[in-house]
Amino acid sequence: MVSTRKNIVSELQQKILQWEGYKPPVTGARSLVGLGPLEAAFPNGVFPVAAVHELVCNSAEQAAASGGLVTGVLSALLGQGGICVWIGRARRLFAPALTFFGIEPHKVIFISLSKDKDALWVMEEALKCPGLTAVVCEVQELDFKQSRRLQLAVEQSRVTGFVLRNAKDKLGSTACAARWQVKSLPSAGLNGLPGLGFLRWHVELLKVRNGQPGSWSLEWNEGRFVPVEQLIVVEERQAG
Amino acid sequence: MAIWFRHLLTDGLALHQPALKESPFVLVMPVKNRVIITASCLLAERQGAFAGMAVADARAAVPELLAIDDTPGKATKLLRLLGLWCIRYTPTVAVDLPDGLILDISGCTHLWGGERGYLKEIVLKLRNAGFDARAAIGDTPGAAWAVSRFSLSRPIIEPGEHIRALSGLPPAALRLDAEVLEKLKKLGFRTIGSFLQMPASVLRRRFGKDLLIRLDQAMGRVDEVLEPLVPPIAYVERLPCLEPIKTAPGIGIAIEKLLSALCLRLQAEGKGLRKAVLKCIRVDGRTVQAGITTNRGSHSVSHLSKLFELQIAKIEPALGIELFILEAPKVEDMDTLQEQLWAVDKGLADTALAELLDRVSGKVGAAAIQRFLPAEHYWPERSVKVAVSLTEEPAAAWPVQMRPIRLLAAPEAIEVMALVPDNPPKTFIYKGKRHVIAKADGPERIGREWWHDGGEHRDYYVVEDSDGQRYWVFRSGHYDGIDVQWYLHGYFA
Repeated sequence: MVSTRKNIVSELQQKILQWEGYKPPVTGARSLVGLGPLEAAFPNGVFPVAAVHELVCNSAEQAAASGGLVTGVLSALLGQGGICVWIGRARRLFAPALTFFGIEPHKVIFISLSKDKDALWVMEEALKCPGLTAVVCEVQELDFKQSRRLQLAVEQSRVTGFVLRNAKDKLGSTACAARWQVKSLPSAGLNGLPGLGFLRWHVELLKVRNGQPGSWSLEWNEGRFVPVEQLIVVEERQAG
Repeated sequence: MAIWFRHLLTDGLALHQPALKESPFVLVMPVKNRVIITASCLLAERQGAFAGMAVADARAAVPELLAIDDTPGKATKLLRLLGLWCIRYTPTVAVDLPDGLILDISGCTHLWGGERGYLKEIVLKLRNAGFDARAAIGDTPGAAWAVSRFSLSRPIIEPGEHIRALSGLPPAALRLDAEVLEKLKKLGFRTIGSFLQMPASVLRRRFGKDLLIRLDQAMGRVDEVLEPLVPPIAYVERLPCLEPIKTAPGIGIAIEKLLSALCLRLQAEGKGLRKAVLKCIRVDGRTVQAGITTNRGSHSVSHLSKLFELQIAKIEPALGIELFILEAPKVEDMDTLQEQLWAVDKGLADTALAELLDRVSGKVGAAAIQRFLPAEHYWPERSVKVAVSLTEEPAAAWPVQMRPIRLLAAPEAIEVMALVPDNPPKTFIYKGKRHVIAKADGPERIGREWWHDGGEHRDYYVVEDSDGQRYWVFRSGHYDGIDVQWYLHGYFA
């Protein structure tokens, strides 16, 4: 009796997920974005492509780190052949840096706008365009109504949206599929060599719709994300 | 058809200042210490004050003569306005300085019930407006010009009647120079008919080439090219409305109708629209415009109407719009691709993407959209250039050096402490915050491009502070112990 009820509940959950735009994973399909263990936090254990992700940035450093993570994810998404639109404030992203993350910068269309209102309008229009793979938008603020519009747009077109937003004292709820916060972590030395190691981030999923929030450490190692296990252990020990 | 405004300048002025209608007045201009009349009104002319006279002489004949200063260029302006008004009768209107208009009316007259009705309509309208206009219709501009000025009785020259109509007129009717006219007068040629039959070689020897050209133009043996006031546009659609349109949905429907007609034509000819202008002529006589441009030629009604939808808010209908004119001044050849059933090709050549960018540039301006290509410069500020088109490919490879994901628009000064002059910094203070540096890579020296500008080279370091935040800092110039300035130039991911 109990087991059947469980079955019914899980079946219903699956259905709700489908209605909300999450496709059940095809058996044997490989991970699209290569975020490793982080992807388990999402419903069905798959990074939701047809969704809007929200990245909270407290400072310029965090904005850069978030930009790096998004670019890493983009490189996996664009690898299937695609175009990305990056909406930002008056040219803050430095195009040549994208080559480091395996993206050809000339495949990205930059739209520089100074007003949030314009940026969100362009974002919504871009998200409705099925010819695109992903849209990244840098804004000051995002409220629930705006995020709902974006989410509705992506459910039709299956374009991935990323919103890089400034953190406020109190973050209101949004309709985005996930809320991320990315911070830089000190890089590990390369076998005692001087200088910087691979880029390393502390990625925190503050909110995941139908998923499990959590935090992970990732490293950008030769063109892909590599989870950093031992660091988490160290942190937990410090916390304990 | 030629229209002659006998008192163009004075009539124009009297329209602005109705008080002048009652009194004789002249327009004057000082020439070599004398004040000469340049134009005089009908009343003044009747009393004996003509253009070309000195004002003092004219005052002797007409004591109450009013002299008003003439502004040069006024005639051109007035004729232009009158010409634009005449466009309702024919699309090809040319200004004929100093005091006339020439209209190409082929194929237009039947709309007013023949040439007589057409002529009457225009002349009456002009006279009611206050212009003393005379007009004539002929097969050639030259003949019409001559008859409008010099023949009072028959303003319409029937086809093939040129010679008879012109032969009775004085030589001045041929638009000749004063010098040639003087010669003709001396030799006793009082009408055109008296030298019409003379051999061309004789006329050329005595009076020059000009006379022959003018004669041929009047007779229709040589084509005379009219320079139209409004250059004709090949792709135009018009939509007159029975009731004035005032609402946004109404304008939207009008645009849709015009576009579907225009796109049908473009599609048939294999063209794509690059630029379109919508002119809305309002009930109050004013014209409001809205324009769109596209990144690629398009003849898709749905796309173009979406672009216009963004512009509807800018159209102010006031009391209502009675005529919509859609012009396509710029079109380009288009590969007539078959409409794709499914989109396989996701790339820069995607039509949906071009359409999206059109919409964006319609809303926020085309300058906001940029694609970057590598430029062959090491200097960071110059290492990218903006691509001119959506399909331009990079000419050089992208640099492989690690670059910050966020570059500051201008480097910002920081306070730095370094152990040894040539070492990377130990700590730096930026915006009042102290960063202790744990790891550093560098230096990467980037030399100043002396052929562009002068100044110091830069030694760049990639540094990571104790929190793991990564920065791009540089020292400007060599370390010489006195005045070393460090800058922050970017953030790494």
